[in-house]
Amino acid sequence: MREVAIIGTGITKFGELWNKSFRALGIEAGMKAIGDAKLSGNEIDAVYIGNMSAGRFINQQHIDALVADYSGMATNHIPATRVEAGGASGGVAFRQAVMAVASGMHDIVMVGGAEKMTDLDDASINAVMDATADSEWEAEMGATFASLHAMIAQRMIHEGTATREEIASVAVNSHFHGAFNPNAQFRKAVPIETVLRSGPVATPLGMFDSAPISDGAASVILCPLEDAKKYTDSYVKVAASAQASDTLALFQRDDITSYGATVAASKAAYETAGITAQDIAVAEVHDVYSVGGIMALQDLGFYKKGEAGKAMLEGQCHFDSGKVAVNTSGGLKARGHPIGATGVAQIVEIAEQLRGRAEGRQVKDAKYGLAQNVGGTGSAVTVSILEAI
Amino acid sequence: MAGVAREWREIPGRYNLKGTKCGNCGKIFFPARSFCPVCRRASVGKMEEYSISRTGKVFSFSIVHEAPESNSIQKPYVVAMIETDDGVKITAQLVDVEFDQVCIGMPVRAVMRKLSTDGESGVIRYGYKFVPVE
Repeated sequence: MREVAIIGTGITKFGELWNKSFRALGIEAGMKAIGDAKLSGNEIDAVYIGNMSAGRFINQQHIDALVADYSGMATNHIPATRVEAGGASGGVAFRQAVMAVASGMHDIVMVGGAEKMTDLDDASINAVMDATADSEWEAEMGATFASLHAMIAQRMIHEGTATREEIASVAVNSHFHGAFNPNAQFRKAVPIETVLRSGPVATPLGMFDSAPISDGAASVILCPLEDAKKYTDSYVKVAASAQASDTLALFQRDDITSYGATVAASKAAYETAGITAQDIAVAEVHDVYSVGGIMALQDLGFYKKGEAGKAMLEGQCHFDSGKVAVNTSGGLKARGHPIGATGVAQIVEIAEQLRGRAEGRQVKDAKYGLAQNVGGTGSAVTVSILEAI
Repeated sequence: MAGVAREWREIPGRYNLKGTKCGNCGKIFFPARSFCPVCRRASVGKMEEYSISRTGKVFSFSIVHEAPESNSIQKPYVVAMIETDDGVKITAQLVDVEFDQVCIGMPVRAVMRKLSTDGESGVIRYGYKFVPVE
């Protein structure tokens, strides 16, 4: 297997971008990544796209062809592949591209992640989100995606491993960082009272515990590590990209306050990278609901069960805390969560941090960064580790 | 709009809480599975129909304030993860209960109720919900 490098990144502003189509967003992110990698575009020999539900959001299937066509790749007839894994679509697309380069099957590969959500009405958007859980045995029985996370939170509070305030502080941390990210959907720090007093979505979780509905796209360009210098001086190494699965329905698991797939994927990723959780300086974790951030910090091995919430509440996850910095992009909560784009946007943020380009929120001397992307309630998880060169 | 067949073929699970028991290791599954994910091939042909217990306790819960169109008429409503007496977990609505009385550990039993409707002229879904045990 060959070692793989990221030689270019591109991302659009995330938000309710009513004036931009799916195509426009995808092209914008892709062109930025190609420009950043100092390519013409002609060198690319494969494209992988993370997209969860264009079929339901914009009534467009066959996203692989659309992206190949509008990014100018179809004129070279290169293979384009669309990947779907619920909320982990972007992370899984990234991993597929890493494997394509590592295996020697392709040399220069473009990864894209995109979602256009706001063309649909809010109630229908939520129904699409609910379908990433078990549609027949959770969603149709009345469970919303939010309520499944709420039951995780309720159980955590009951077991005494996190308080309501500690769970809410995940959103506070994400908003704190979002203020520094020019591409974030929400660029405003919020006090914990705002989170605790926000309108109920599924108790104990409220509006401010929930990632917003967003449009946006992100892209990265990969090549063999040994070739990276040919294109750019500013690149990072993909030290590991692991993926794990779990039951589709949350109720099928004995413990619902930990994602076994995160534990499995991170174990595999640390092993491949030859490091431990203590070596990670900066991490992007999947806070689709605040409680997801608490689980991630524990399942990834940064904190013991029952200790992540305290650290979060004390501000130990800030970019300048000296501990592992969490969601410096603003996370899903403040950067925004265009579902298929999220996993790739996380990779973009970690790559920017390791290249010293995260202005205003730069983590000092970061050698290793990690991205955790989750589909459903932990049914698919990718954990990728990037290394500064 | 979903087809009628999708509702019809799930009647054993939805109406009667029919799951399966692995004849090899004895583990119980709901909804029904055609083989045991623990025993894998060793369980093929040995899965037995098993009606899970209709009584249990609340394992976790949430009061849903934002729901999709199909359930919006019911909101706010309680959704709960129930651990049945035979140790199987199942997610369902908890009804005929005051919100402030719901707690983890609350004894409940299954009842047959209308679940949702698929628009004005679509399928009406029926199935299990849970109520507190008096």
